[in-house]
Amino acid sequence: MMASSYTAKEEDGHHSGSAAAGGPGSSKSKKPDNTAFKQQRLPAWQPILTAGTVLPAFFVIGLIFIPIGIGLFVTSNNIREFEIDYTGVDTNSPCNRCSQTYSWNISCTCSVPFSLEQPFESNVFMYYGLSNFYQNHRRYVKSRDDSQLNGDKSSLTNPSKECEPYRISEKKPIAPCGAIANSLFNDTLELYYIYPNGSRTLIPLVKKGIAWWTDKHVKFRNPPGNNDNLTITFQDTTKPVNWHKPVYELDPNDPDNNGFINEDFIVWMRTAALPTFRKLYRIIQKNKDNMTPTLPRGNYSLEIAYNYPVRSFDGRKRMILSTISWMGGKNPFLGIAYITVGSVCFFLGVVLLIIHHKYGNRNNNADIPN
Amino acid sequence: MTWRDLCSWTRRRDSSESERRLESNLPYEGEKSKNQPNRHYAGNAIKTTKYTLWNFIPKNLIEQFRRVANAYFLSIAILNFVPSVNAFQPQVALIPICVILSLTAIKDAWEDFRRYQSDRKLNRRPCLIYSRSQQSFMERRWKDVKVGDFVRVLSNEIIPADILLLHTSDPNGVCHMETANLDGETNLKQRRVVPGFCDTNSTFEPQNFNSIVVCEKPNDNLNHFSGFEKGNKKTGFGIESLLLRGCTVRNTADASGIVVYAHETKSMLNNNRPRNKRSKLERKMNIEVFFCVLLLIFMCLIGAVHVIWLESFSTIPMYFIPNSDGTYTSSALSGVNMFFTMIILLQVIIPISLYLSIELVKMGQVYFITQDVDLYDEERDIRMQCRALNITEDLGQIQYIFSDKTGTLTENKMVFRRCTIMGTEYPHSENATRLALLAGETDADEEVIYQQNRRPPLFSLEEAQDGPARASARLPGNSSLHRSRVTAGASSCMAFSSPMETEVVPDETLLHLMENEEDKSYLDFFLAMAICNTVVVSTDTARRQGVTGRRNSALSSNPLECMEGLFSRATCCKRLRKSLEKLTCRRDSHAEPFDMGQTSFYDVSAFTNSVEGFDEDENAPGHRSNVNRRPRTGSSPAAPLEVCYEAESPDEAALVHAAKAYGFTLLERTPDHVTVRLPHGKELKFKVLDVLNFDPVRRRMSIIVRHPRTREIIMYTKGADSGIMEAAETQGDLDMYARDGLRTLCFAKKVVNEQTYSAWSIRRQEALAAISRKKELLMDTAADMENNLTLLATGIEDRLQENVPETIRALREAGIQVWVLTGDKLETAVNIAYSCMLLDHRDLVFTFNTESKREFSIGLVIDGRTLSLLLDDDLQTQFVELCSHCRSVLCCRATPLQKSRVVTLMRHRLKVMTLAIDGANDVNMIQAADVGVGISGQEGMQAVMASDFSISRFKHLKKLLLVHGHWCSTRLANMIVYFFYKNVQAYVNLLFWYQLFCGFTGTAMIDYWFMIFFNLLFTSAPPIMFGIMDREISAFMLLQLPQLYKRGQQTGGYRRSTFWIGILDAFYQSFICFFIPYWAYEGSDVDIFTLGIPMNTVSLFTIILHLAIEIKSWTVVHWVIMVGSVLVYFIVSLAFSALCISCNPPSDPYWLMQQQMADPIFYLICILTTVVALLPYFLHALRGTLMPSDHLKARQIDQLPPHRRDQFLREWRNLQELCASFPSV
Repeated sequence: MMASSYTAKEEDGHHSGSAAAGGPGSSKSKKPDNTAFKQQRLPAWQPILTAGTVLPAFFVIGLIFIPIGIGLFVTSNNIREFEIDYTGVDTNSPCNRCSQTYSWNISCTCSVPFSLEQPFESNVFMYYGLSNFYQNHRRYVKSRDDSQLNGDKSSLTNPSKECEPYRISEKKPIAPCGAIANSLFNDTLELYYIYPNGSRTLIPLVKKGIAWWTDKHVKFRNPPGNNDNLTITFQDTTKPVNWHKPVYELDPNDPDNNGFINEDFIVWMRTAALPTFRKLYRIIQKNKDNMTPTLPRGNYSLEIAYNYPVRSFDGRKRMILSTISWMGGKNPFLGIAYITVGSVCFFLGVVLLIIHHKYGNRNNNADIPN
Repeated sequence: MTWRDLCSWTRRRDSSESERRLESNLPYEGEKSKNQPNRHYAGNAIKTTKYTLWNFIPKNLIEQFRRVANAYFLSIAILNFVPSVNAFQPQVALIPICVILSLTAIKDAWEDFRRYQSDRKLNRRPCLIYSRSQQSFMERRWKDVKVGDFVRVLSNEIIPADILLLHTSDPNGVCHMETANLDGETNLKQRRVVPGFCDTNSTFEPQNFNSIVVCEKPNDNLNHFSGFEKGNKKTGFGIESLLLRGCTVRNTADASGIVVYAHETKSMLNNNRPRNKRSKLERKMNIEVFFCVLLLIFMCLIGAVHVIWLESFSTIPMYFIPNSDGTYTSSALSGVNMFFTMIILLQVIIPISLYLSIELVKMGQVYFITQDVDLYDEERDIRMQCRALNITEDLGQIQYIFSDKTGTLTENKMVFRRCTIMGTEYPHSENATRLALLAGETDADEEVIYQQNRRPPLFSLEEAQDGPARASARLPGNSSLHRSRVTAGASSCMAFSSPMETEVVPDETLLHLMENEEDKSYLDFFLAMAICNTVVVSTDTARRQGVTGRRNSALSSNPLECMEGLFSRATCCKRLRKSLEKLTCRRDSHAEPFDMGQTSFYDVSAFTNSVEGFDEDENAPGHRSNVNRRPRTGSSPAAPLEVCYEAESPDEAALVHAAKAYGFTLLERTPDHVTVRLPHGKELKFKVLDVLNFDPVRRRMSIIVRHPRTREIIMYTKGADSGIMEAAETQGDLDMYARDGLRTLCFAKKVVNEQTYSAWSIRRQEALAAISRKKELLMDTAADMENNLTLLATGIEDRLQENVPETIRALREAGIQVWVLTGDKLETAVNIAYSCMLLDHRDLVFTFNTESKREFSIGLVIDGRTLSLLLDDDLQTQFVELCSHCRSVLCCRATPLQKSRVVTLMRHRLKVMTLAIDGANDVNMIQAADVGVGISGQEGMQAVMASDFSISRFKHLKKLLLVHGHWCSTRLANMIVYFFYKNVQAYVNLLFWYQLFCGFTGTAMIDYWFMIFFNLLFTSAPPIMFGIMDREISAFMLLQLPQLYKRGQQTGGYRRSTFWIGILDAFYQSFICFFIPYWAYEGSDVDIFTLGIPMNTVSLFTIILHLAIEIKSWTVVHWVIMVGSVLVYFIVSLAFSALCISCNPPSDPYWLMQQQMADPIFYLICILTTVVALLPYFLHALRGTLMPSDHLKARQIDQLPPHRRDQFLREWRNLQELCASFPSV
């Protein structure tokens, strides 16, 4: 800093030939610009927080939040939800036998009866739920290769290191690699409506449209090649160790739902945030005629091909049936929270109003500090 | 051998010897470098750059990693590469640290490049070096100059290296140089050829120079140099023969000499970089960082709960991933790994960007301080300068100010006021009246005159309005002492005084006595006044051609202005004349009429034409007119005998001018002789035998001359009265002067006989040639001579600077203790203290043991001798105790060392923030204090060089401290608290809460890229802007209510409780920001990042809105940055989640943001969470109502319409005064 000003003066002295260094007259003035910005005089809005100034905000918040809360609460209450635990922990539960096995590959079927007290209108979403399953374990979350799932040819044959130790099996790269894919939920659920006369009918479950559109169409891609014959595309790879069948046989009937773009697989790969979670399994579409409810009240039976072992971590498996609204599934929390916060704000507003009335005037007289 | 090696080698060589010896390079010209005798000394090329192109990256990195913080973040980034520990993608984790490092590197590189450019410019300057082959001086570049070269510098050229002067074009062997580039002093300094080379009428032949020059090692002392030259005989020389690099040669056609120091020149060694002080706040902040580290460790230990969680499983769950070999890590080891993973995850709790942000904020603050137009000195075109870049906020916490008097509180523009000769007092009352008159009446007139004759407009209108009427009305006492009007400024002609003030109206009685008696003592007195100084005489034409030319052209350029100037000057003259005439009329008839044309306006030359016409009409050409035998050429602006005095100190100038008023005109000064013209036209040419320069220890200077007629050797001495023998009858007058606030100087005379002198002279020569103990020897010899003096005395006024009392009062009200430490006489100091309101007349003043019990506050006056006793160890405690009870303390007769000891003592004992302010050269004191302020004033610039901040007037201190200090400290403190809050709130706690739901495995629910963007893009600008620009209270209110400053003093606006409240708030807010989304999504099919996005968004909203509540004044910039940050968040997030399909393996946030923003629940969650998170903070409002702080009240008052605001302020102040007068109430 010193050096630069020193130089400037010297230069002045030298080039002019005659002496004229320094001094106010010789060069342009160093006077700072008298602008509002530089003098820190920019026009400013200076809010002052006092009871008087904030209390309208409290009232406004209260008045807006309470109706929102009521709306949310009502909406949430209108959502039908039914949940059944089919883990089979109890010895007398139908799936107890199946749950005793700790292995992936022994197929076992059981059937859980249940009844719905109220009919489910409109589309019904069928979820499977798992508890105590830490899909968010740090190493588990990372154990996948998104490039491979996006159809990258080189990642297919040479998966990312993150997939270790589910990367290579029998000297062949695993497709899809990683722990997440390896632990794919593989129970099969079927729902039967039991007529009062005892006969039962299979309720059609739609398996398409359960994954995010972008996941299905952008993020997940089968490797390029013959789309009709995924077998060839995946020929150099092997299936994950826990799987019954290779990835190209996930849905052999529908090429649009096979391989990496199988929607059950995509849903599973979207790892859950919390250890107790549900994932969309199927959609039960409302009847075409719109006259009868999608799921009338009555007895049902849930048929399970029980493959997925959860006893090892004290897990639970559930099946959930739920209608949805604009706010998603049933969740009374938001409604209650809005009502509570709105009321609290309103109450605080009243308190502030009282305080403002009692003490607020004192300020305006700007009383003198001691 | 590289440059560096050479350099270190040179250094080694230099240090091995206590002196440097060198010889001429000429005999070795053209030979190989190893034969060169002076090859070990560094060349003249300068290199101030730190880096070169290829070593920049490694060297800069090393530099940066010296900072603990950077090393910490680097080690964490490296830790990420350990597979079992890593929390993030290792490569990605390097990004933040890389960004921070590269930003800093870019800043460093830019600074270095600027240095390189200025170096290059300097190195390429042309200069003349003697070449043997060409037998003449050849044009070379500065960088080619080597030690031992012969260099010639022409008039007005800049000196390229430190040169020992061997020849000048001046017949007396004198060369003048202007040191403005070096120390800002504009007067000319005289240098003379090394004794023995004075046979200089012949041309200079460097080839004949075959002596060896021995001198001291390079050092940074600008005022000291010693050495000797060994040819046929040994000749000593000192600083008076050294031309300093960077100075300009003036008045001398050419000067030549041998280069003594190249590169290691005195100016280079003085060229310190801005000092790196650590501010109090930063030291405090380090403790907070330490707390954060503890917090981090605590949180990470909780991560070890992981172990317990692991232990809870009887078998291995499927989501546990085995190692590559199929085994599982033991739970104990996983616990340890977890600890480190958590450290990586939660590292942000120690804010990586805090240090960089603080640096940026301080740069911004410094920018605004230097841009303040109120701190700009129009007269001298000096801006406020911040030399220390990182202690801006210390300005807001000052508790003690230690001020010097001369040049700090006072103008340091001296005016001769009255004198005592041989015990008789001559009050010079006409002069006093004239000065008072000038001060009172002719502001505007003087302004115009000034403009016309000196330089383009310099007089600040604002200052003119702030005139004496108001200032003095408020002040009690003698108005002539309290004039706080700005003087018309540093004149270009005389270094130190404005034209009006240098003129002295001679005392009638004294003149009369002189006429009649021709008393020897009067003669001596005025001779001493004229001779005994170091004033350089220069005629106007010889001075600075450039300036003169320009001045003339400026004049002619605007004829209208000229007319105006003429007119107003005439009015001024008339007015002045009238008042003087009135005075004269009252006096007895034999009083001489004033010769105004010649005395009062002597130096105002440009329009003498008209004025003298005016004068001639009415002026009775009495015998008085030959007081100055100036030929009445009248019309010529550059009259042949028009002399200008260039004095090193203002009192010398004042004395010489006073002597001139009495007809003793100093005509010429060379090292060998001084010429004085006596009143009756005789010219006396004294041969100067020796000059004993002034030094602060002796407190006097002497000149030894041989009287041309009597051939006597006479020594005249001038100095402070303590420095000169005390004479009883004069002491009373001196005390009286001092009581009137005059600075006293004594003159003394001694006739030395030949033998004594020649004996002494030999010892003196030895001392001069000495190198090691030169200083002491010189002092001893000086002391030997300066005894048995005969005394004469004078008084000189040093005016108070404008607005000093107001400033001191305001600082007082702000709770700052103001101490004055001065070297002056007790009485002078006390008087000044009263007049600048440091001491109040109601004060109980303890002076030594004088006691007068009257009123409340206590003032303490201590003199130097007492002070030295008090500074002894055993009395220190009592002294400090005593001082802490005093309202004001005044130390007089204090030496620089004592001053700095007082500052150090108070600083360490009371643990207070101290500021030292000085206008001259009390470097010790300035460096001892926490904040050193220099006033770039009349005298030396040493104080400014050593200071952290330099201002040009004492009154600027008020705005500097009360406004900028307050702003800077509040801003920075708020910003730091906010920074800690922000980092704890965002992510660290959010991530921590998430650990409860992911088995303490260290998962982050927010994509790492979002985290990086969050800290670097979305939330970095607002706090920096907040730290630079927020304005809690307007400058107006801060100046009106100085007591608002008090808050900063205790705590710097930054209390530890504020920090903890911030942290607690962060915990609360992060709790809300985590759990409201958590409960809203609990049990649903939400995936990790989909949960993270609302959390991320609400924490951004909370952070931004939290700051929005903190911001006290919203300007356009605030709006743009705050709204911009939110917009940038959404834009970047949307873009990133739209584009990143598989860019960030293994998992990508593809389409998350879009998905969320299409969902109404997302918005409902955001609104609810933000409101709940900020609810407690809004309740702050209650505090504003229930117990409003002074600051809040000030803000409220500020918003009132002006007339009501002023009314409130008046009431507030009145009540305060009332309170102050009844302290018991």
